[in-house]
Amino acid sequence: MRLWQNAFVALALSLVAGAALAAGDVGEVKKQAVNIPAIVMFLAFVAATLGITYWAAQRTKTAKDFYAAGGGITGFQNGLAIAGDYMSAASFLGISGLVFINGYDGLIYSVGWLVGWPFIMFLIAEQLRNLGKYTYADVVSYRFQRVPMRSLAATGSLVVVVLYLIGQMVGAGKLIQVLFGLDYVYAVTIVGILIILYVTFGGMLATTWVQIIKACLLLGGATIIAFGALHVVTEGSWSPEALFRKATEIHAKKDALMRPGALVTSPIEAISLGLALMFGTAGLPHILMRFFTVPNATEARKSVFYATGFIGYFYILTFLIGFGAIVLLMAPDSGYMVTNAKGVLELKGGQNMAAVQLASAVGGNLLLGFISAVAFATILAVVSGLTLAGASAISHDLYANVWAHGNVDEQQEVRVSKMATLVLGVIAILLGIAFEQQNVAYMVGLTFAVAASANFPILIVSVFWSKMTTRGALLGGWLGLVSSTLFVILGPTVWTDVLKLGDAIFPFKNPALFSMAIAFIGIWLGSILDNSENAKQERAAFEAQDVRCQTGIGAEGAASH
Amino acid sequence: MQQDLVHAIKSNPKYHELVSKRRTFAVILAIVMLVIYYGFILIIAFNKEFLSQPLWEGSITTVGIPIGLGVIISAFVLTGIYVFRANSEFDRLTNEIKEEVL
Repeated sequence: MRLWQNAFVALALSLVAGAALAAGDVGEVKKQAVNIPAIVMFLAFVAATLGITYWAAQRTKTAKDFYAAGGGITGFQNGLAIAGDYMSAASFLGISGLVFINGYDGLIYSVGWLVGWPFIMFLIAEQLRNLGKYTYADVVSYRFQRVPMRSLAATGSLVVVVLYLIGQMVGAGKLIQVLFGLDYVYAVTIVGILIILYVTFGGMLATTWVQIIKACLLLGGATIIAFGALHVVTEGSWSPEALFRKATEIHAKKDALMRPGALVTSPIEAISLGLALMFGTAGLPHILMRFFTVPNATEARKSVFYATGFIGYFYILTFLIGFGAIVLLMAPDSGYMVTNAKGVLELKGGQNMAAVQLASAVGGNLLLGFISAVAFATILAVVSGLTLAGASAISHDLYANVWAHGNVDEQQEVRVSKMATLVLGVIAILLGIAFEQQNVAYMVGLTFAVAASANFPILIVSVFWSKMTTRGALLGGWLGLVSSTLFVILGPTVWTDVLKLGDAIFPFKNPALFSMAIAFIGIWLGSILDNSENAKQERAAFEAQDVRCQTGIGAEGAASH
Repeated sequence: MQQDLVHAIKSNPKYHELVSKRRTFAVILAIVMLVIYYGFILIIAFNKEFLSQPLWEGSITTVGIPIGLGVIISAFVLTGIYVFRANSEFDRLTNEIKEEVL
């Protein structure tokens, strides 16, 4: 243990020093005055989180500590952590950038990201808490054949984790490049090393606190920018009407800024996207895993309530930030607009920098530095949640349950999990480097489509339908996974825009409506046609599962310390 | 869970009260959320003019702004309604069942 701790401290110190050096080197050539507060605040965040990791490492001894923070997180803390897990840098920068360019359409988009949460509350949260232990695969294999069900659930988890990781790592590299003037490869490597440290040493406890701190910083920072901008723009009157009026005077879209535009044109696309966003959230393994960190169903419900409040508030802020940015940044003489290669006037660093540039306009270099550090912290928190979920799928589902059939020493399982974290961290760095030049905007859509079509259907049906069998779940789950992936590849986003192969074979950008239907039909058909001896036992086992699900009697109980 | 415990719980009338009350409540709230969200999306798809009207005479703020924010707030309020009833009434019923059978 002593050796581990020394190694940990040495690693942490060299990393911080390395980051400072690397950043300093490049910073001197680029915009140094902008970078110094950002780097100082970022280093403060890294130091604080590594301190927490050290603290958490001493409290992480059992498998339950590693996967579920000992089950001792409160509903309020978990609500913040869920918000920290869910609010990515992509949504902070992306949605405020979307509002900056399109106005009202940005609001439509952000609404979709929120409405999944009530469904998690009504359908999934307490059921997960009552039936599972460490991963959502615990729930879907509860009364079914362990090996094939765990394999399916772990594959679904890993596909979602890897797809989400690619988007996050590329976004992280690009963002850090712009904000800190750091080399892309350096940036991606630093993110990778930090999350390996957080997760291997501090497990779920460190991950949770990184997410909580990040959520507070992000909500605080966004509040300051949004209301700071509103205050400056309206000269102290705080009137949204005045903000909107000035924005429509400056923006090229004029009054159309306040009206729904081209975002929703085809009702099929809109319904399909809505389904992916609503039910994809309920199929994200790193989100589902958070429900095992609270002691009981009561706290699980509270977590969703707080999380929904924080995330909803956050989206309202991004809307205000987008409009504030229009007024303070979009005027040609604001100093924030530059002429790009095509001779068009655009925001310095691109539309996704709207929130960051607005921070500079409202609060100068200090606020800019703060927001840059927050954006980096945001990426670290999301990536560490994803990595922990991926590592758990490998160690708890594949290693302990599929490979070793449940006969495994707890310490050995945690060791495997730490090795898996290391491997996933390295893979994340390599993927980040490999995809540097690719357009990864479609990755988020693909992630949600797969989560909604592969993970969500088997989870919800196993909890609510007594007649589901292993055969049905396997048929529907695999069909959902394969069809959602295929439809995205054959659809307009990848086939036409990314691969440039001409007209798309599958005509819709958002496949969830179709791939979810395929998954549910697969589950239903496979189950009703299944008359095997196993199927009878699995149906008979529903009664006991349902009683535990409804009452929590026999559930993995209270905190271990 | 042992089979006799399962039967003891399932033959308790409070268990059936809990299950049916909670299921009805969750389904109603889920439908309300679906209607609100897809209602919003369908208005955008089919009746943009409705959302584009000024909120009051001469205002630049459109009807769409409070409606869009309203969808966000409704999601929060609906989860609040559920958690309020579940953490009081449903948890009380669950605890009574536990006391009676365990």
